[in-house]
Amino acid sequence: MNKEILISATDLKKYFPVHKFMGGKQYVKAVDGVSLEINKGETFGLVGESGCGKSTLERTLIRMYDITDGKVTYKGKDITNEKAKNLQWMKDEVQIIFQDPYSALNPFWNVREIINEPLKKAGMSAAEAEERTEYLLNKVGMSKADMDKFPYEFSGGQRQRIGIARALSVNPEFIVCDEPIAALDVSIQAQVVNMLEDLQNEFGLTYLFAAHDLSMVRYISTRIGVMYLGTLVEVAESNELYTNPMHPYTKALLSAIPIVDPLKAREHKRIQLKGELPSPMNIPEGCRFVTRCPYATEACKNGVPKLQEISKGHSVACHRAKEIL
Amino acid sequence: MKKKNRRLENVKYEFKHNKLAIFAAIYLIAIILVSIFVVFSSVDPDALDVAHKLQSPSSAHWFGTDELGRDYFIRVLYGGRVSLVVGVLAMLTSIIIGVTVGMVAGYFGGIVDNILMRIVDVFSSIPWIIMVTVVGLLFKKGLASIIIVIGLFSWMEIARLVRSEVLSAKEREYVQYADFIGIPSGKVIMSHVFPTVFPTIITAATAQIASAIMVESSLSFLGLGVAAPMSSWGSLLQSSQQYLQKAPYMAVLPGILIILTVYSFNKLGDVLRVFVEPRITAGDKDE
Repeated sequence: MNKEILISATDLKKYFPVHKFMGGKQYVKAVDGVSLEINKGETFGLVGESGCGKSTLERTLIRMYDITDGKVTYKGKDITNEKAKNLQWMKDEVQIIFQDPYSALNPFWNVREIINEPLKKAGMSAAEAEERTEYLLNKVGMSKADMDKFPYEFSGGQRQRIGIARALSVNPEFIVCDEPIAALDVSIQAQVVNMLEDLQNEFGLTYLFAAHDLSMVRYISTRIGVMYLGTLVEVAESNELYTNPMHPYTKALLSAIPIVDPLKAREHKRIQLKGELPSPMNIPEGCRFVTRCPYATEACKNGVPKLQEISKGHSVACHRAKEIL
Repeated sequence: MKKKNRRLENVKYEFKHNKLAIFAAIYLIAIILVSIFVVFSSVDPDALDVAHKLQSPSSAHWFGTDELGRDYFIRVLYGGRVSLVVGVLAMLTSIIIGVTVGMVAGYFGGIVDNILMRIVDVFSSIPWIIMVTVVGLLFKKGLASIIIVIGLFSWMEIARLVRSEVLSAKEREYVQYADFIGIPSGKVIMSHVFPTVFPTIITAATAQIASAIMVESSLSFLGLGVAAPMSSWGSLLQSSQQYLQKAPYMAVLPGILIILTVYSFNKLGDVLRVFVEPRITAGDKDE
């Protein structure tokens, strides 16, 4: 498969200003120097603990947030500083699925109105939209009888599927999934993930898929990026990352996946990280992971490690990546 | 395919199962009709009959007579005209200003928000009674000026309330989604943000009717409101204070009518909420 880059970011930064008492100003560095490329047709998984900037990265990439610094290109065109009205072409091809199915759908609208919103925006007539809505609901395993229902009449999983139907409505190319399964229970998670995969195969979609359920991400993703405190620390093919993690943070993260077989679990050593995630307002000098890294040396405090390709398609941002393999 | 409007169904359901809502609707329709058609009554509300002043309720005078011997029942009905018109229109004025300012300030934020909210601060820092007195002198006396004056000086609280609600509504993902796919902001405000803050507006609006009726009575008391011999519920209530021991019914009747009217508006506001926000239906159905 030849790789065609759909969206790429170079040294992307997103800071949120925090006003302090007596007029001081500080920044929450939610995303701080992320470079990545997402190829057409793939699923790029994004993992990392809560508060590491996954959602901010996603939303900055598609210009839901304004970009503080860096560059984003979509289909080769620079969209970093384009005005909102010049971005409509991009927004017509990009959709987003939210984490919380309760707040993603307007509780005052019925399903028809919810799904018709992007359709009407795309200039469809009422009759066309009606037909399309019916088709989409069937696609996500719901029926046309649900069209007149309101969000409160559905379960979390069903609402998420309505959200997916809405995202699919305008034939997007790129869907940002902002932890779409985090609020669902396990059986529904599998259902939703399988559905997303089927839809991807059918419509040739590209996903950016954030989650903190590691096994789920491995299952759905082609490539995975591991985020820590606003930066990508490791990017690799899905299987490569799970079998051969290189960054100490990835190692610790993966060692936290529970092992089903008790005999194996006995031999399994969990890497326990000490300390808390540092505040994104007060980022440690040098390597961000230095305060919690079991391999950290004095040298790690000097200079931010860049994402370097260690083996083909496997990049790590660690000063000691080669030593601690 | 038979299309049923779920919203209307819900409202119908609410009316069927909520006796208080039925009562509120009937009461309001009745009081409005009476207020309109009371002019055809043969009794003159301003006819003095000092020989029969401060009489207790009887078959001749259903609610007795006031300190000048005027028939109190008919005066109360005439008073309803003023109070209802002032209450509802002053409420509408202040709601329209307050909601617009609050929405725009909350939604657009930044410098717009700052300017608008400082204006609100300025307006609310001046004691309203002084403002009302001064502005009241500029306008010609009459119902319209009372309505405008009350409306112009009671929207600040609503603006603050709505702004804070909009700030929280703006963070909801369906609002962000609509913004993202490029729905124009005016439409986002009307179709997403407005319904979200609608319950707050209804609550504020019904409270506003009550307060407008009462403010009007204070204005009358100061001689800035309706001029004697015209009556309003508020002014009747105000003047009844002097005769509280001799003729307590004079306070009770307009008082009860004010309470019932405010209550009914409140109830109907709840029904309106059912239309906008389908989740809320009569208490015994779900939850």
